[in-house]
Amino acid sequence: MNRRTVLAVTTATLLLSACTGTGGSSKGAEAKAPDDPTKVSGTITVLTHRTDLVQDGTMEKYAAEFNKTYPEVKVEFDAITDYEGEVKIRMNTENYGDVLMIPAVVEKKDYPKFFASLGSQAERSKTYRFTDYSTVDGKVYGQSPIGAVPGFIFNKKVWERAGISDWPTTPAAFLADLKAIKSKTDAIPYYTNFKDMWPLTQWTDVNGAVSCDEQATSRLAEGDPWAEGADLRTADTLLYDIVREGLIEKDPTTTNWEASKPRIAKGEIATMWLGSWAVIQMRGAAEQAGADPDDIGFMPFPAQKDGTFCAVAKPDYNQAVNIHSEHKEAARAWIDWFTDKSGYAADNLALSPLKQAPLPDVLKPYETAGVKIIDLDDTKGAQVKSIDNQSEVGIYKPAYRQDLVDLARGATKGSLDDFLAGLAKKWTDTQASLGS
Amino acid sequence: MTDDTIEKTAPVTRAPAPAPAPRPARLWRGATPWLFLLAPLALLLTFTYAPIANMVAYSFTDWDGVSPELHYTGAENYGELFTRSDLFEVFWVSGYYLAASVVQIVAALYFATILSFNVRFRNFFKGVLFFPYLINGVAIGFVFLYFFQDGGTLDSVLSLFGVETDRAWLGTPESANTSLAAVSVWRYLGLNFVLFLGAIQSIPGELYEAAELDGANRWHQFRHIIAPGIKPVLSLTVILSISGSLAVFEIPYIMTGGATGTETFVIQTVKLAFQFNKTGLASAAAVVLLLIVLAVTWVQRRLVPDDRVDLV
Repeated sequence: MNRRTVLAVTTATLLLSACTGTGGSSKGAEAKAPDDPTKVSGTITVLTHRTDLVQDGTMEKYAAEFNKTYPEVKVEFDAITDYEGEVKIRMNTENYGDVLMIPAVVEKKDYPKFFASLGSQAERSKTYRFTDYSTVDGKVYGQSPIGAVPGFIFNKKVWERAGISDWPTTPAAFLADLKAIKSKTDAIPYYTNFKDMWPLTQWTDVNGAVSCDEQATSRLAEGDPWAEGADLRTADTLLYDIVREGLIEKDPTTTNWEASKPRIAKGEIATMWLGSWAVIQMRGAAEQAGADPDDIGFMPFPAQKDGTFCAVAKPDYNQAVNIHSEHKEAARAWIDWFTDKSGYAADNLALSPLKQAPLPDVLKPYETAGVKIIDLDDTKGAQVKSIDNQSEVGIYKPAYRQDLVDLARGATKGSLDDFLAGLAKKWTDTQASLGS
Repeated sequence: MTDDTIEKTAPVTRAPAPAPAPRPARLWRGATPWLFLLAPLALLLTFTYAPIANMVAYSFTDWDGVSPELHYTGAENYGELFTRSDLFEVFWVSGYYLAASVVQIVAALYFATILSFNVRFRNFFKGVLFFPYLINGVAIGFVFLYFFQDGGTLDSVLSLFGVETDRAWLGTPESANTSLAAVSVWRYLGLNFVLFLGAIQSIPGELYEAAELDGANRWHQFRHIIAPGIKPVLSLTVILSISGSLAVFEIPYIMTGGATGTETFVIQTVKLAFQFNKTGLASAAAVVLLLIVLAVTWVQRRLVPDDRVDLV
């Protein structure tokens, strides 16, 4: 061995031993709510994915409002564009803010190592929605300040022009309506947002809406999601048929999400599957484009159980307290205030995380139509996530629906049944190997 | 100018002459090159070798990329990698880029040869050819998304010539891969071109003159002077092209995200690591790619040894 190799080998071994260790943990800490608001002090950093709200000063306004109750706490915001990617890496250190949104990549069982508990589920679930999504061993580690209901965003004028006045109640009726739009108007009946990928992943949120079953997530964990009549199969079949019948944009591979907003507002696009969270964005786009914001409508997935529509309430990112934070009380105060008093949910026309709060305006039509809003039981959520990752099916990832769309428009060969059977096989094989 | 400095410094270096220096001075002199190397070596270790060592270490674990716990799993990741043939199917996509790099090398060679002769506006054309290489890859991805859009630049240019296509350029796997490979030719042509041009210009001018006197035409000059003269650069370019085709990432990732059969090995690795949280497996895949590239390079060096070129 010459001198150079010796040097390389020694450094390599040194580095191997030095760099792979990851931080220890102070598991089990709790972030208690302060008793006296005037006595809490400290500077807290809030990591957020809402770069837009930090830039336009909205978050500063919330902080100023917060300071009226908690004068001694200074709130700083750290807005991160690539939130998932960046925070994931920062979480390898102890320095990931005082308050943060729990990145999707963190496994539920690791929550107690990263975050301070906010209290017991038995207690919190009395007042708050979505506690299920961040509960480990009966303790809650995060709280989403906002909720959304998945559904179709549609342009009311276009649908009216096609002569449709009622929400379709079956996938077949929905398809017929889209065909009517295609023949009677110039609008694109359905826009896939194929290129931007994440809008396609939203189709997974159909889960629960078809069967109207609060145990929909557990059924993903235990059964075959693509069995005959299962929620995901219904959703995927509908998407497949929409594409197959040519009811989508001409070239899905070059779609543009930002441009799709004014286009639906102006009636160039009739329908998109998104969620109630998107309504405010589309209305904003309508105002900018000089169209009428009231044209933007919202409807549930075309399936009914015993004559009623069902819609699933989904949390956004859950806010949590860093377990290494030196100002846990202040951080907890921020989360409580932001969830209960800030008006953040109302400002975003979103579902409030408080159980007794009224439905937002966007969902008023749901109230009149008697749509049942259900909360899914997320006890098996972590298990679904690990089956999903392990099997590389990716029900929350874009690739599988992109493949579905490619299949439907004939860019790749094969039948829908084989495609779904392939997914089901991967899924159930992984279930078996994980021993669930 | 360079000659000047050499003349000036030469006597200085010759001055501290024959008598052997005392021990500490000798030691000092021995340490000097290392002191100079300290900064670049530190950078090299921190930013090149440490991450690689780390990646190799991760490839033997089941780490998910964020959890504080990671378990040593031995060669399990490598075992999984080699028993799942579907993970290697994506290498077919590299075929498109390999074919494209042949086109690219031929075109670059052609332009470099032409522009090495006295052509009008040659500096302008050099600029035009090299320019795309200076643009950031992400920007190129976005520019070409508009280019290939339905009714985008390509379609409008074609319609100027009376060609009405109704083609979705990124619509089918074949069409999408060909389009993406074409973008990559557009991007990297300039680099190959500059390498070739530099090599061609280092060939002494009197060789051409002598050849012309002997009645050689441009093709003869290319065949017998330029081609052998740039052989080392040519083989370097081929190595770079092959390893580049195996590791395509930026352009397809930005433009299609790997949809419609455009997924390459690197995109697949990124997906494994950052979508499915299999950092261990993805690290193993990256190590395997590194080994494949090294092996290909080694084979190539064996087939085409890098002998010294002596034209004169």
